[in-house]
Amino acid sequence: MALPSHISSSAANPSSARTPVYALVGNPNCGKSTLFNALTGLKQKVGNYPGVTVEKKVGTAYSQHGQPITVIDLPGAYSLAARSPDEAVTRDVLLGRRADTAQPDRILCIIDATNLERNLYLVHQILDLGRPVLLVVNMMDLAAAAGTTVDVARLEQELGIPVIACEAVNGRGLIELKLAMSRADLPLARHAWAIPAAIAPAVTELQASLIAHDRKAPLVARAEALLLLTDQDSVRVAGSTPLHARTGEILRTWQQRWEGEGTDWAGTLVNSRYDAIGRIAAEVLLQTGETGPTASDQIDAVVTHPVWGWLVLGAVMTLLFLSIFTLAEYPMNVIDAQIAHLADGVKSAMPPGDLRDLLTSGAIAGVGGVIIFLPQILILFFFIGLLESTGYMARAAFIMDRLMARVGLNGKSFIPLLSSYACAIPGIMATRTIEDQKDRLVTILVAPLMSCSARLPVYLLMMAALVPGDRVPLLTKVGIMILMYALGTVGAFGFAWLFKRTLLKGAPPLMIMELPPYRLPRVKDVALHMLERGWLFLRRAGTIILGISIVLWFLSAYPKAPDGTTDQQQLAQSFAGRAGHLLEPAIRPLGFDWQIGIGLITSFAAREVFVSTMAVVFNAEAKDDDTTPLRQAMLAAQWPDGRALFTPLVCFTLMIFYVFAMQCISTIAVVRRETNGWKWPLFQTAYMTGTAWILSFIVYQGGTALGF
Amino acid sequence: MAASIKLSELPVGASATVREFPKTGSAFIRLREMGLLAGTRVTLLRTAPLGDPLEIKLRGYHLTLRKTEADHVLVEPTTA
Repeated sequence: MALPSHISSSAANPSSARTPVYALVGNPNCGKSTLFNALTGLKQKVGNYPGVTVEKKVGTAYSQHGQPITVIDLPGAYSLAARSPDEAVTRDVLLGRRADTAQPDRILCIIDATNLERNLYLVHQILDLGRPVLLVVNMMDLAAAAGTTVDVARLEQELGIPVIACEAVNGRGLIELKLAMSRADLPLARHAWAIPAAIAPAVTELQASLIAHDRKAPLVARAEALLLLTDQDSVRVAGSTPLHARTGEILRTWQQRWEGEGTDWAGTLVNSRYDAIGRIAAEVLLQTGETGPTASDQIDAVVTHPVWGWLVLGAVMTLLFLSIFTLAEYPMNVIDAQIAHLADGVKSAMPPGDLRDLLTSGAIAGVGGVIIFLPQILILFFFIGLLESTGYMARAAFIMDRLMARVGLNGKSFIPLLSSYACAIPGIMATRTIEDQKDRLVTILVAPLMSCSARLPVYLLMMAALVPGDRVPLLTKVGIMILMYALGTVGAFGFAWLFKRTLLKGAPPLMIMELPPYRLPRVKDVALHMLERGWLFLRRAGTIILGISIVLWFLSAYPKAPDGTTDQQQLAQSFAGRAGHLLEPAIRPLGFDWQIGIGLITSFAAREVFVSTMAVVFNAEAKDDDTTPLRQAMLAAQWPDGRALFTPLVCFTLMIFYVFAMQCISTIAVVRRETNGWKWPLFQTAYMTGTAWILSFIVYQGGTALGF
Repeated sequence: MAASIKLSELPVGASATVREFPKTGSAFIRLREMGLLAGTRVTLLRTAPLGDPLEIKLRGYHLTLRKTEADHVLVEPTTA
């Protein structure tokens, strides 16, 4: 049942008289974000469309006279016949199908002058909507450099709508655009293209049904009727109003009839649009010079070369990880010191007591444990943004596609998975570029198997305990590290393969992707994007992380031991300590006792917390980076019957456990947000931790049987 | 009239005109919407280092598609 309020909103928006609402639409890579940033500056609100993980960006621009204009930045789309949730949202907002977003009053279309024909395809569909449209022809400078120019006056004449030449990167044309945007009246397009005779009766019939049953305005109904014909297995997203059953029936009847006759209805429609576009392009595209191989082609000859391509990819990735680990160190130290400072400040300002402990050990320590990773996360977002805006991201996907195809994914999963070596959170948030929902979900599910940087302290501690002597030989260290990273990687690809064949079975993914020309990145846009992403993570995951941090603190602080007991005794008799005891039967087959169990539980705050927990459990003062006292205390630890607890085999098993187990509330919180529910994060936690247990069991029991 | 071959069989660097294009399948509708239609001129620029996917140039821009799709697109090589 359609809601009446929603229907009326598509016809006339009472508030539109005051602040006009523009929808900004365009193909990916046409400079849409740059234009949006240039128009709205920092006056942007970033959120989500309810029910889908598609970013909703709304900003306010001001006309030359200071009048506010609302601009909705719709996700980039090649066509209104949606193939991804992003495109589905763009389609649904423009058609007035979303109850959460009123149909925009006017449409601001941006196209890339260097790629006119394909960009005009979307414009052609949009002109069908019968709304006032402003057309921005962006990247005129790049077109000129490539030896072509667009006759803007002629294009305006052909389409009958205002057309503005623009270079969003340097702000050229922006004043003209704002003047046009604040015009009280905008002419409607002279957009009389002949619908091919073979499908015209069907369009008429569908349009009539859309008007009668779905209560659409006549022009929108016609546009939607046309769309239904190319929207074969259309992507439906939450929040979109479904169509009336009658309309669907008419569509199916026609499709069956065409199939019987052998009519290529969708192709006919696309062809006729491109025919119309071809005629326009022939009029407005002027050749001004020779088109030789461009700089972009020359770069590509190296970057996608069978030999150099791999070297470039390797170099870019090495640079990425080097900068994450070296650059992030300074802010991480500062944050660490600030958090300690803050906790000390609270400690000295408040009387001792539960509330003080809650604030310092629960809230501040818990949130601090997450914020400490923020520099790494932000640097990763920055790099991902940089790779995207330069065009290299598409090349990395192009090079890696064949390998990813072996496990049933496509090249677009590569960067998210790679980022997860530093931290799964930006990796998971970067999966939004994957159009196919199942591929995206599989990538999210396996991303945390890539050994992230929070696992490093655990690996290092276990290696120190594993190898006798004060110093671990470099070769052993490197060998074990490589083994751990390899295990996680093999695990991730193995599970991706498994999920694509069972749980999330789907058609083999496509690799139909534009390789945009290389462009110099706009640092301002990339930085803005990074801050948005970082803020989004903090806001979305923040409450869950804070809540669980407090729960974890409570578990290790209560019930209170009598005064005078040490931290070690307090922890031993706390809920966490008791949980460790409860857990012991389950982890004893892995060679772990209840004390290690406490570490496994507290690791959920962040895996590295295992190290500090062990320091408390074994009453060893861990000083900064020197884990020697802790290592000695751990080596002295025994089972009640006197056997050593941390045998080399147990240390190794524990590392295996950490490779596979899902012990990170931040990741769980982000997965919950990105998949819109608890189902997938819970499944992920279960399968990863289950695998960790089984593999640890095999390693420990096998190792014991072999006499290690 | 030259014989039609599969787009995936076109030599690297060669240009061709699309002759036959599959009618159904969402991949092919999307390819059409991206401007790959019967009559469109394409150039096979290169294959990825591992042989798949392909990179083609059409209507002034670059597009990748896998061989599994390119196998179904018949083209007529342009004689230079």
